[in-house]
Amino acid sequence: MTDATLSFEEAMEKYDPVLGFEVHVELNTKTKMFSSAPNVFGDEPNTNVNEVDLGMPGVLPVVNKTAIESSIKIGLALNCKIAERCRFARKNYFYPDTPKNFQTSQYDEPIAYDGYLDVELSDGTVFRVEIERAHMEEDAGKLTHMGGATGRIQGADYSLVDYNRSGVPLVEIVTKPIEGAGSRAPELAKAYVAAVREIVKNLGVSDAKMERGNVRCDANVSLRPHGRERFGIRSETKNVNSLRAVEHAVRYEIQRHAAVLDSGEPVTQETRHWHEDTRTTTSGRAKSDADDYRYFPEPDLVPITASREWVEELRATLPEPPAARRKRLQADWGYSDLEFRDVVNAGVMDEIEETIAAGATATVARKWWMGEIVGRAKTADVDPGQLGVAPATIVELNQMVEDGKINNKMASEVLDGVLAGEGTPAEIVEKRGLAVVSDDAPLLEAIDAALAAQPDVADKIRAGKLQAIGAIVGGVMKATRGQADAGRVKELILQRLGVEG
Amino acid sequence: MTENNELIRLTAAALAEKLAAREITAVEVTQAYLDRIAAVDGKVHAFLHVNADEALAVAAEVDAIRAAGGAAAEELHVLAGVPIAVKDLIVTIGQPTTAGSKILEGWHSPYDATVVERLRAAKMPILGKTNLDEFAMGSSTEHSAFGPTHNPWDLDRIPGGSGGGSAAAVAAFEAPLALGTDTGGSIRQPGAVTGTVGVKPTYGGVSRYGAIAMASSLDQIGPVSRTVLDSALLHQVIGGHDPRDSTSLPDPMEDLVAAARTGNVEGMKIGIIKELHGEGYQAGVENRFNESLELLKGAGAEIVEVSCPNFKYALGAYYLIMPSEASSNLAKFDGVRYGLRVLPEQGPMTIERVMGATRAAGFGDEVKRRIILGTYALSAGYYDAYYGSAQKVRTLIQRDFDAAFAKADVLISPTAPTTAFKLGEKLNDPLAMYLNDVATIPANMAGVPGLSLPGGLADEDGLPVGIQLLAPARQDARLYRVGAVLESLLEAQWGGPLLDRAPSLTAPSLTDSAPAVAGAPASHGGSH
Repeated sequence: MTDATLSFEEAMEKYDPVLGFEVHVELNTKTKMFSSAPNVFGDEPNTNVNEVDLGMPGVLPVVNKTAIESSIKIGLALNCKIAERCRFARKNYFYPDTPKNFQTSQYDEPIAYDGYLDVELSDGTVFRVEIERAHMEEDAGKLTHMGGATGRIQGADYSLVDYNRSGVPLVEIVTKPIEGAGSRAPELAKAYVAAVREIVKNLGVSDAKMERGNVRCDANVSLRPHGRERFGIRSETKNVNSLRAVEHAVRYEIQRHAAVLDSGEPVTQETRHWHEDTRTTTSGRAKSDADDYRYFPEPDLVPITASREWVEELRATLPEPPAARRKRLQADWGYSDLEFRDVVNAGVMDEIEETIAAGATATVARKWWMGEIVGRAKTADVDPGQLGVAPATIVELNQMVEDGKINNKMASEVLDGVLAGEGTPAEIVEKRGLAVVSDDAPLLEAIDAALAAQPDVADKIRAGKLQAIGAIVGGVMKATRGQADAGRVKELILQRLGVEG
Repeated sequence: MTENNELIRLTAAALAEKLAAREITAVEVTQAYLDRIAAVDGKVHAFLHVNADEALAVAAEVDAIRAAGGAAAEELHVLAGVPIAVKDLIVTIGQPTTAGSKILEGWHSPYDATVVERLRAAKMPILGKTNLDEFAMGSSTEHSAFGPTHNPWDLDRIPGGSGGGSAAAVAAFEAPLALGTDTGGSIRQPGAVTGTVGVKPTYGGVSRYGAIAMASSLDQIGPVSRTVLDSALLHQVIGGHDPRDSTSLPDPMEDLVAAARTGNVEGMKIGIIKELHGEGYQAGVENRFNESLELLKGAGAEIVEVSCPNFKYALGAYYLIMPSEASSNLAKFDGVRYGLRVLPEQGPMTIERVMGATRAAGFGDEVKRRIILGTYALSAGYYDAYYGSAQKVRTLIQRDFDAAFAKADVLISPTAPTTAFKLGEKLNDPLAMYLNDVATIPANMAGVPGLSLPGGLADEDGLPVGIQLLAPARQDARLYRVGAVLESLLEAQWGGPLLDRAPSLTAPSLTDSAPAVAGAPASHGGSH
């Protein structure tokens, strides 16, 4: 059953959205939050584990100091205060992805609190998002439910669990309620998560790949009638794992809430599951503030103390803030304001930076990302960075064009081949037999044929009307199936007709 | 008495000397203990598992190193070749670890506890794993899922708990040394009722890594032995910083053995805790306690009285903090990854129901009682009143200790209010059972070290009485300094160790009419 929705415009007319985000950032420390097992993504299941990650009897946790450092850096980058002393707590609940049947997480003593992040929207408007806290916790194992229709634990025949992810260090960044976004709420949602991702990536504390779950967003949405102060009942859409999905999920939930409220029913306080295919959410489990996790301070860990000296040392290592970085990059690359904003809004600033670092010029990098890749990403409905174009591929393609081995049209075709997994650009050029025809003999043959086919055009050119040459070039390109170098063709035509270029 | 019987009655320190002098071999010693276990453990039931082959192999290795001489022999630890028993709450590679519970029956740990690694590094043959109340919850060892341990002084009586197995093994000469764990008195109270020595080190003094947790903020591993010096020797093996336990103290270890060897109380202030004797304490216990005070005074100590008014809340607060932590620590036993798994007999086969059925079948009543208490105490709306208040009491107890240690170098009290009671006597009265630990719990609540040593036999029942010494945190050496003096004064009075008066378990005597051990597991007695 699909939920009723109102159009976004009607929803906005009637209601004022309030947002809130919990963004989980997986840290890229060498080892896990509380054990010496490696923190590596994608390995054979249950290989990056030791007795601590498996919750064996008798084990004890030890805090990863690098994870603390990373968390403090994130807190500082989010303009937070850093607690001088804080503790972990145990969040008790029985579920097989948590081997101890409790999660070790900070609770009422987060390491960072009371911060803010200024988020720039597509038209340059700056919106301040207040940060309530950033706290440390451990990730749970990954469950895969086999059999059954829903892919959930209910109704599954059996479930597989991979504890490689168990104990991976996480920082959860929680915003205060975000009011006043109005109809820009979906856009703000995307921009906020993008900004957080950018920060943790620049800090070097996370691989920040959303498609791998390095950055995961739970989006809270509630609506209230315009002019009312009290918040409405919220839903929490879990694990929205791309920037586009964050935008879509917030938009969808606004439309769904509006329809529920319009029907006179209260919104159910619950978690929602996001479905990328239908761009809708479905009901998860009921969540009330009375969920009882029996939190208590983790007795196996001593409190964490962050001396002011240490915090200042870490502050001194922070990279430039995103806004300053953008300013610098725009200047370095020589893009106009409009060009740069388009790049930022398309979400390819990092990719362009990497492409330039790989050897392309700023102009070439922009041409490829904005001209070729963004469009393809839109068609594929993914973020451009997730399409799978490596900076080296762009550099290689561009080099082939500059060397005259292929032309731009062919390069675009080769890119399609790369995305289709056919191999490297060189391999694809080879396999598809793509190459600019540079041997004059076949060209002259085609030129003669084209001139013979259009004698009136040939006469015009002889008479000095050089712009007419396009028709002959076109004929030649058609005959050579686009593999001719158009510049060389032009030269040869003029030579043939005895006209000075 | 056979030659082997003489070997098993030697102290660990004496064994170590004879081994170093090559008067005896580690294999002889180990075999003597294995023979003793085979002879008497059917009655005592101190062991849940006997590790004969590995123990003999380690002993043979020590003998070979000694025989070869040279640097390797020189570098052997002083206790190399001296056998030891390990409480079955501490995980060991190569032997089962049950925690006295059906839920872990047959489970083998893939890793060694830090203290076990240290025993192995010292090349101490591990004789086996000793019985305990399930998950160390109890004061009598009657809550073991594998049947109770019997007190070698009177097989109808409890050996104390939870570490009744370790204490009884040492008292019955089935091991010269053992490891225990002490959350509220589980090393000291069994020591008191079996006439042995037991030490709870300063919290953080010995790594807890590999001790199956009951209450993380209270648990501590410690030595069990027949003499104060032997405990110091073992304490020195297992103590010291461990990077795998973040609550482990970074301090370098004090020389506890030197403290035990150079015992001296001249000019020391020894504080009697007003609240920990008198009313509620058995007359015979009180008499032996007073005798010890006189002896210490005679040796030049000054006896002062201190008051710790908040100790009266200790038991109540303990029974909130301990079950709270235990309820969370024991959550991992769910049948998903290891140990027992029980499927529900009817109804849907969901993960919750499998966990529920497993825990219902795998845990005993006392464990369930504490899980329920702890779950309740941590619940939303009750947390502040229960867990929160208990933590405040804990702070008050720490302050009482601070004030007391401002007046006295060490504190002294009876270890337990009574001598060993009869098996079954308090099994259906949990509150009466909990009262056994009234004198030992404050040390756990404050993290300070405590030592129990034999103080003689009670007049009314002829059973051992324990004397408890308490010192400030990180001052464990004081316990050994004072304990060694008191021990030598008492032994001079008795004309030998107290355990010389314990009934023989092999010679025909009244105790042979004791009932056979009930519920002994198949693994018991020599299997490995």
